[in-house]
Amino acid sequence: MNSRFIILEIAVVALGLGILLVDLWTPPAEKRKLGWLAALVLGLILAGSFKLHGDAAQTAFGGMYVLDGLALYFKRFFLLAAIVVLVMSVEFADRIETGVSEYYALMLFALAGMMFAASANDFSLLFVSLELITVTFYILTSFQRNRLLSLEAGVKYLILGALSSAFMVYGIALVFGITGKLNFDAIAAMGGALAGNKVFLFGILLVLVGIGFKIAAFPVQIWAPDVYQGSPTPTTAFLAVGSKAAGFVLLLRVLFGAVPGVTAHWTTLLIAISIITILYGNLCALPQRNLKRLLGYSSIANAGYMLMGVAVLSSAGRAAVLYYLGGYLFTLLGAFLVICLVMRSVDGEDISALAGLNQRSPLLAATLTLAMTSLAGIPPLAGFFGKFLLLREVVLQGASNPAYYWLLAAAIFGVLISVYYYFGVIRAVYWSKEAPDLSPIPITPAVRIALYGCGAGMLYLGLFPNTLVEITTQAVAVLGK
Amino acid sequence: MSILTYILGWPLVAALLLCLVPRDYKFVMRLVAVVVNFIVMLLAVKMFWQFDNLADGYQFEQHATWVRSLGIGYHVGVDGLNAGLILMGAIVAFAASLASWEVREREKEFYILLLVMTGGILGAFASLDLFFFYFFHELALVPTFIMIGVWGRGENKNYATFQITLYLSLGALISLIGLIALYLRSGANTFDIVALTDHIRQYPLSAADQGFIFPLLLFGFGILISLWPFHIWAPLGYGSAPTPTAMLHAGVLKKFGLYGLLRIALPLMPGAVMQWANVIAWLCLGNILYCGLVAMRQKNLNWLIGYSSVAHMGFVFLGIASFNLIGVTGAVMVMIAHGFLAALTFALSGYLEKQTGTLEIAQMGGLLRRLPFVGAVLIMAMFAGCGLPGFANFAGEITVFFGAWKQFNLVTGLAVWGALVIGAVYMTRAIRGILHGPLPDKWMAVVESTWPLRKIPYLVLLTSLIVFGFFPGLLVDKIKPAAARILPAPVAAAVRPGPGETLAVVDQRR
Repeated sequence: MNSRFIILEIAVVALGLGILLVDLWTPPAEKRKLGWLAALVLGLILAGSFKLHGDAAQTAFGGMYVLDGLALYFKRFFLLAAIVVLVMSVEFADRIETGVSEYYALMLFALAGMMFAASANDFSLLFVSLELITVTFYILTSFQRNRLLSLEAGVKYLILGALSSAFMVYGIALVFGITGKLNFDAIAAMGGALAGNKVFLFGILLVLVGIGFKIAAFPVQIWAPDVYQGSPTPTTAFLAVGSKAAGFVLLLRVLFGAVPGVTAHWTTLLIAISIITILYGNLCALPQRNLKRLLGYSSIANAGYMLMGVAVLSSAGRAAVLYYLGGYLFTLLGAFLVICLVMRSVDGEDISALAGLNQRSPLLAATLTLAMTSLAGIPPLAGFFGKFLLLREVVLQGASNPAYYWLLAAAIFGVLISVYYYFGVIRAVYWSKEAPDLSPIPITPAVRIALYGCGAGMLYLGLFPNTLVEITTQAVAVLGK
Repeated sequence: MSILTYILGWPLVAALLLCLVPRDYKFVMRLVAVVVNFIVMLLAVKMFWQFDNLADGYQFEQHATWVRSLGIGYHVGVDGLNAGLILMGAIVAFAASLASWEVREREKEFYILLLVMTGGILGAFASLDLFFFYFFHELALVPTFIMIGVWGRGENKNYATFQITLYLSLGALISLIGLIALYLRSGANTFDIVALTDHIRQYPLSAADQGFIFPLLLFGFGILISLWPFHIWAPLGYGSAPTPTAMLHAGVLKKFGLYGLLRIALPLMPGAVMQWANVIAWLCLGNILYCGLVAMRQKNLNWLIGYSSVAHMGFVFLGIASFNLIGVTGAVMVMIAHGFLAALTFALSGYLEKQTGTLEIAQMGGLLRRLPFVGAVLIMAMFAGCGLPGFANFAGEITVFFGAWKQFNLVTGLAVWGALVIGAVYMTRAIRGILHGPLPDKWMAVVESTWPLRKIPYLVLLTSLIVFGFFPGLLVDKIKPAAARILPAPVAAAVRPGPGETLAVVDQRR
């Protein structure tokens, strides 16, 4: 039995159950501190993950589950994200009426779902892991039961999520009906014979709709701003980083692991989706005044940038996606940590609430500035190098298909617009006219460490990209050239 | 380690150190900024002095791998093209850090940004790696936006901030695409400019590739340089920027795009340059004539200087368009001379505004009586701006005209007219309006600062203008061999100039 491969997932699920148990003996006043405990244990699991090696792909459960470099890269990614999100949740705990421990436990279950998704090599595991993520997020988004906006976010996510799951199951059924297989490798082995089968192509298209929902790509991006705005901030952060990354690893596995022959014919489709997603996200972000909503649209735009790396159909392009996600992790989590600490009420999520932040807490102001600068793609931060790698691939492919030049133009236009609204946020931090509230913001040691970590991550990936470039290049090696 | 690493590293290290200095230690922060920039200036002078005019290739080189798989490395070095530019950048940065005494709020952030900007500018000129070349430029560009936004002047500063941010980001992005395309199409798999140049000398880019990449670089850099008609951002941006920022940006950072064209576009894409030479020549008339005429109509001193600075960029473009040894040499000389001049005029206008609270020329007058030193420097700067012999600008501009005359005699004729007549009209009118005439009563109370430190930035910049005006050979001897290397082989092979030979080079292409 190869169950030792899923040791990380087992540990995370056990931790979630353990938190629920420990909750029974913990006095109510102390319950929020369980988040620190969970983060600490996740740190140990993350350290333990380096005992596993992904040099050669190993499979378990009849090939459903695969442990390779790509899976390990994403598992570590999710673990790191979850640690920061849990630290953030502890800060947020006073805004959750009851069931703080359940909030932590659900986060951990969602994390387990993401880690399974990273290893999915079979449509059934793909669906199960996605459902594990999505269903826990239905609850996490609506966790503030007394807040209408949170409930609205939950309902929207539920309805649209269920819809996209339905699309996906239908697609999987069609694929299974044609091929009789669910395993990615087995489908890939059937090769070119399927590329002309319209029912099969339709099935794959529906599966992509389901995955597109997770990464918030056009045309299934519509939920993102509302849900981002209404959900509790740690949920939003986890949704923006973890759930999106899970969508991307599945997208890569399906497109390049299961149906590489089909993908090669779908360049134009991928380019078109990428262009529209970039333009939609950036143009809609322009007039936003609510910071979380702005980040919701910006996350759509970023999904579009990352789709560029998918659309170029090259190994280096996929490595660039992984690199971009790595930078995106530190950048977005840093931004959401600041939002979580500064904006304690929904009315206060307006960008103007940032006024005077540099006097209230220089550390928070500096982190938010770094995050916005990185998102805008300005050196020497992680976002710049990620965009550089993506653009480089698009220019390279431009020689083969002129459609890539349109993608390039859309990306430049998008980045330019985004500079405007990201700088609007920085402007609110440093040079707003009147600041109503100038009370200092207390920062706990755990959050301070997380903030320093995010800042260091953004700078490190921008200044010393060599290590991660090599890691990501190795990680995507399993997906072929 | 190369002296260049120290030149670009010290400001960046000092910026990091300033992050640790408590907010209240304002004097310490000013002192650190001034002292560091002074040391950097001394190092740059030393580098310039030790530079061997006769040596082939790059000097003071240093190389370290950064991202191996992509062929990106930290590589710095100087030849005749950038030696003078680095010296000019360091001198202007020192003057700008002294002129920063006028900043009276949030000093900590200001000095950190100023030092980052200095390090970025010097790094961009010293880099011999395409990636770092762009990287350092962005590092210098972003502080510009923040400085205009936070410490800017005037009612339109928010609008100006966003305008300059969007315009310059667009230019930077387009040129980034051009640089990436160049890297990919060359097939050399390296961002190293030296290796790339060697590779392309052997395997030239196809005409189609050149035709695709050169416009990206020309217009991407063109926006950064304020090539007509992409100059809209410049006057408003400079009018709204705090004095040290305007000095550094107009004086030094703007030369980045020109340097990029000289260092990258000319040697690597000679075919495309020849095709586009006519277009560039006519566009440069847009700068010289159109922006000169607009400058004539300005009522505000900062706007006048802003437009005149845009106009001066035209001479550099004319030198580039001529694409021969004399023209390119002159273009580099104008870049250096204009760097000193732009910094000097913006420093003076900042001083005048501090003293009088206005820059409307109509409201001033007779100020020479109250400000004898600053007034005298302003007069000299204005004369330098209209190309009077004795200042570095004259040497550069006349070299450009000699170089451009054969290909573009009509354009050159108009440019000479624009430089001599239009330039003289607005410069002398500004002198009359500000310094001569009756002194309004409200300015009776204006007194000149007696503190000698205040005079140092003007003295340093003016001295540089005069030194290079009287001894242009200091620059020409360095620039000419380097310029010969970036020109296509037939031109370059014929020219191996001996020492001491300065302006008397015959255009070998004819």
